[in-house]
Amino acid sequence: MRHTISIIVANQPGELSRIVGLFSARGFNIETISVGRTLEPNWSKATIVTNGDERTVDQIIKQCSRLARVREVKAVTDLPHIEREMALIDVSVRAGDERQEVMSLVNIFRAKVVDISHDKMILELSGTMDKVDTFIEMLEPLSVNEVTRSGCVAINRLSRLMSDTKTEAAMA
Amino acid sequence: MVLIMLEAVSALHIVEDPHAERLEAMPVRGAEILIRALIDNGVDTIFGLPGGAVLHIYDELWRFRDSITHYLVRHEQGGVHAAEGYARATGKVGVALVTSGPGATNAVTGIATAYMDSIPLVVITGQVPTPVIGTDAFQEVDTFGVTLPIVKHSYLVRNIADLEDVVNEAFQIARSGKPGPVVIDIPKDVGAQFCGYRNEKISFFTDMVEETPRDDERLGLVVEKILNAKKPVFYVGGGIVTGNASDALLRVVELLGVPVTPTLMGLGGFPTAHPQCLGMLGMHGTFTANMAVAESDLLVAIGVRFDDRVTGKLAEFAPDADVIHIDIDASNIGKIRKAQIPVVSDARTALEGIDKKLRSLGADYRGPDRLIGWWTSIREWQRAVPLYCEYSEHEIKPQQVIETLHEVTNGDAVIVSDVGQHQMWAAQFYPFKRSRQWINSGGLGTMGFGLPAALGAQIALPGAKVVAIVGDGGFQMTNQEIITAIQYKVPLKVLIMNNGYLGMVRQWQEMFYDRAYSEVDLSISPDFVKLAEAYGAQGLRATKPSELRATLMEGLDHDGVTIMDIVVSKEENVFPIVPVGGASRNMILK
Repeated sequence: MRHTISIIVANQPGELSRIVGLFSARGFNIETISVGRTLEPNWSKATIVTNGDERTVDQIIKQCSRLARVREVKAVTDLPHIEREMALIDVSVRAGDERQEVMSLVNIFRAKVVDISHDKMILELSGTMDKVDTFIEMLEPLSVNEVTRSGCVAINRLSRLMSDTKTEAAMA
Repeated sequence: MVLIMLEAVSALHIVEDPHAERLEAMPVRGAEILIRALIDNGVDTIFGLPGGAVLHIYDELWRFRDSITHYLVRHEQGGVHAAEGYARATGKVGVALVTSGPGATNAVTGIATAYMDSIPLVVITGQVPTPVIGTDAFQEVDTFGVTLPIVKHSYLVRNIADLEDVVNEAFQIARSGKPGPVVIDIPKDVGAQFCGYRNEKISFFTDMVEETPRDDERLGLVVEKILNAKKPVFYVGGGIVTGNASDALLRVVELLGVPVTPTLMGLGGFPTAHPQCLGMLGMHGTFTANMAVAESDLLVAIGVRFDDRVTGKLAEFAPDADVIHIDIDASNIGKIRKAQIPVVSDARTALEGIDKKLRSLGADYRGPDRLIGWWTSIREWQRAVPLYCEYSEHEIKPQQVIETLHEVTNGDAVIVSDVGQHQMWAAQFYPFKRSRQWINSGGLGTMGFGLPAALGAQIALPGAKVVAIVGDGGFQMTNQEIITAIQYKVPLKVLIMNNGYLGMVRQWQEMFYDRAYSEVDLSISPDFVKLAEAYGAQGLRATKPSELRATLMEGLDHDGVTIMDIVVSKEENVFPIVPVGGASRNMILK
């Protein structure tokens, strides 16, 4: 099962490699990892998407918590949450029809065209990892040249009342 | 929701401008800051070996030689093991100092050994100067990277202003919570730069320990569970020793009248000769301990981590038991075996809490009658299969060596073991009375550990009789440190159990590989007596049972360093043995 874990870690040289090293040393899987600063410049937040059963996730949280420069470890997926991944996708569009087809997918997925040339387009999409997967899948018949994905970021919802998927879809 | 908040760590650089504060103090050299900070953290003993990257530090050590005694080891691995022996014997933080590159890589085995056994160490490594880091400079190695998976924490000190705080914090981290090794990598130029020494310890780091022990309800559950168990076993480990919990453990188990089995690392944490002690459990544990665990309905696991050498086949380890797991490290709980009642706590706090609860229950908590049936089974197992060794008239049995050593030392010696068959025999046949009387490399199983660790232990405990028990294999890995003992007049006693083999490997080849003795023959070895004499030590040898006692007595009475070459029967095996992956009740008994 997929889990998203967020880790607040000191923004110091080597601290991220300590976390990544721990994952490989203990045989935990990293599906995506993304890291950025928090409101406090001394602290970073790493969001890691991993696969494993409850016990594995429990171990990941406990093992990461042991690190001296880790302040907080949270299984984001244990609570209602919002997850987003961003993708930049380079597609070839040879004939006019193809461009139309891409544009209709862009509209359906609420993606953006961020660059264009005679025979290529670069698209930007953000959404859940599933949505990004689906978008890329839909584009594949049209010759996708390159995909750059950001890895997942996540945050817990403000209240449980907002947690139904409809609300999330409406706000996506 | 799984959420662990750590009250930890304001990072070092939260001090907004350390330079500003520091410059008010009289600036001193980085190397002096290091030495002063060590002294202010109570360090008076260092094990090390100099080199180019640590020349500034050694220069300051020379100036401060009245405050810190530096022991010049002959190999960095020996230095770290000696620091470990010092730490294991006292509970204090051991300190080792090595140079960059090969100095650091030689130290790695010792650091890993300390990491596996949760031993508090601060290892200071020199590094090439900051401007050339990353350029493949002479004697450069990424020590921070190399040691990353085997440290509790580590630092590469790039800024002189951080150095004092780093040293202070390193000591806090090394000894707090579940202890462990901390590496401080100091580039050569940082040791030469100037900065103020504040001499005030600011606490940046608080170890994260959830406060289950103060959770009264949880301890109430623990007590209730124990009192309702029909076949309880206390399975206790290194956490008893590290957590200074021996006294609390003794009080609780005597109140409860329950059986206790210590792990290899827990030996000494509970007196072996106590009537409630079943002896060690696990691969080479006693028949009784393994049977009791296999049959138990409740395991009270304290300061243990369900190591594979203890559990054997996991599915058949205490299959009918519920588990109460008390450990200071939350990650140990549920890692291998699910605990019905997890308690994140140091052993002593938890046991004192349990003790208090039991006493508050009044007279009827003990219920010794309740456990009569259980003790009857246990006594039957003990009678049926005691630890056993048949002596011979012609050759010295290794078990006999341990038993004789026990007699001639009145059971009081601090025993420091290397790794292999002799380690298991020492664990089985030397009854320990107290914590820290038994020192060995349990988790990593580091051959070569014993001799230098005994050196460190003897330095830490000048009044104690410390005996290193080593095999002829492990002895040859670190015997260079004999000369360190000679140089500093440390009365190191080394007992070599010489069977001319890498004995444990040979045993496995005999039992599980059709006696194909592949590359285990050590019959071509140096003459250990002459070797001892070459070092300026006393060398003794016993080859016949009739010589054993006198040889041990002579060696132990000698004022100086003694190497005792005890030639034992070549193909003796350690029994019982649980074959790897087997169920712990299926022991091979002889």
